[in-house]
Amino acid sequence: MMAAMAGAGAVGAKMECSERLLADSVILLPAGRIDLSNAEAFREILLKAVAAAKAAVILDLSRIEYISSAGLRSLMIASKAGTQRGVKLGVSTMQPIVKEIFTISRFHLVFACFDTVRDAIGKLDPPALSAYDRP
Amino acid sequence: MRAIFWGTRGSLPTPLAAETVRKKIVDALVKGAGRNLDTPEKASAFCDEQLSFAEWGTFGGNTACVQIDAGGPDYLVCDLGTGVREFAWSVIRAHGPRQPQTYHVLLSHVHWDHIMGFPFFVPAHIPGNRIRIYSCHDKLEEAIRGQNANPCFPVGFEALRATIEFVPLTPGQPHPIAGTTVTGRPQLHGDDSYGYRIEKDGKSIVYTTDSEHKMENAAEVHGFVDFLRGADLVIFDAMYSLADAMSLKEDWGHSSNVVGVELCQMAGARHLCLFHHEPVFDDQRIQTILEETIRLEEITQVDDRVRISSAYDGLVIEV
Repeated sequence: MMAAMAGAGAVGAKMECSERLLADSVILLPAGRIDLSNAEAFREILLKAVAAAKAAVILDLSRIEYISSAGLRSLMIASKAGTQRGVKLGVSTMQPIVKEIFTISRFHLVFACFDTVRDAIGKLDPPALSAYDRP
Repeated sequence: MRAIFWGTRGSLPTPLAAETVRKKIVDALVKGAGRNLDTPEKASAFCDEQLSFAEWGTFGGNTACVQIDAGGPDYLVCDLGTGVREFAWSVIRAHGPRQPQTYHVLLSHVHWDHIMGFPFFVPAHIPGNRIRIYSCHDKLEEAIRGQNANPCFPVGFEALRATIEFVPLTPGQPHPIAGTTVTGRPQLHGDDSYGYRIEKDGKSIVYTTDSEHKMENAAEVHGFVDFLRGADLVIFDAMYSLADAMSLKEDWGHSSNVVGVELCQMAGARHLCLFHHEPVFDDQRIQTILEETIRLEEITQVDDRVRISSAYDGLVIEV
């Protein structure tokens, strides 16, 4: 079992997240845990990506081991900001525990969830697929 | 101490319809087909061993009322939802109608579902009874008196023959009530609500319903965690899914099972009881939420486990 205390760590902590621009979309690859300590930093990263994208922001959650309600709240805020700008938010490649948290919180009903980043691009920004597939 | 749940539903009473009862019976009969269930004992064992709670029972339909049995001669209840009627009959059955009793009531707030049982609270009509209604809420007396008045109810407050007192509480300050120590805390809810931490002999029960939590607000989270710190039982408003509480139903003043688990884990609370069930949820839906909440606690556990329950009318939890 993982230790996943929702409030662990000091509030205001940074989070590791790499970013890839792909035509009109942004792919984010955050890592580690998202909880009360770094939810604000996560929200800033998301909002910046929403502002930069024209079509979609796709989160590759393959390196996220846990997300708390504070992290999910950041996702919800970014999604609302995206809706205002016509930018779609999608989530992909969830680890099993994160996938369960999405289901239990019913976030899987309000977010577009995909098995792979490629599936997400294909659905949310199809013209970007060729750029994604290019070696 | 013991928590005895007389009303567990949120917003409005939610009775089972005849068709729902029939479906439960039909499903149980089909499941029991071919078994020897020809005595009440065998049938009861079948219910216990082969059926889920949602299949043989119901989470119930009365609105909020939880008795805190602290072992003393006086009675203590949280809220005056429709469950208070059943509570009153249990007392009258135990002592008879003419034996005067003292009732202490902690009121979370005055929204209708939390006071609507009071006009049918039989002890209020019996001379010799003493009823002390406490709350941090500033509209306490106005709301209770206003409910017992025309045109809403034909029996006016002045006609009630028990001695009824309204006792304002100060949030954050410990108050001795019915042999316990009660401390109130403001909660995020339309027109305010208050949670109560009830302590006796090193044991603690926190009754926190009609409370929304903005989990991105660290100061608020840590303040509430302190309120729940080390509690033996947390009776928690888990009315909505987290997604609903953050989107369609944001600022509606209620919380979720997910937030309940997180707060109890952070606070080192021992037992989380999901409470104030959404009236549109049927028994199977609430059972599923309970199973999912147990699973969530399991996959996110910290050092000390949090036991998870879902409140139903008739549930008793000992701490």
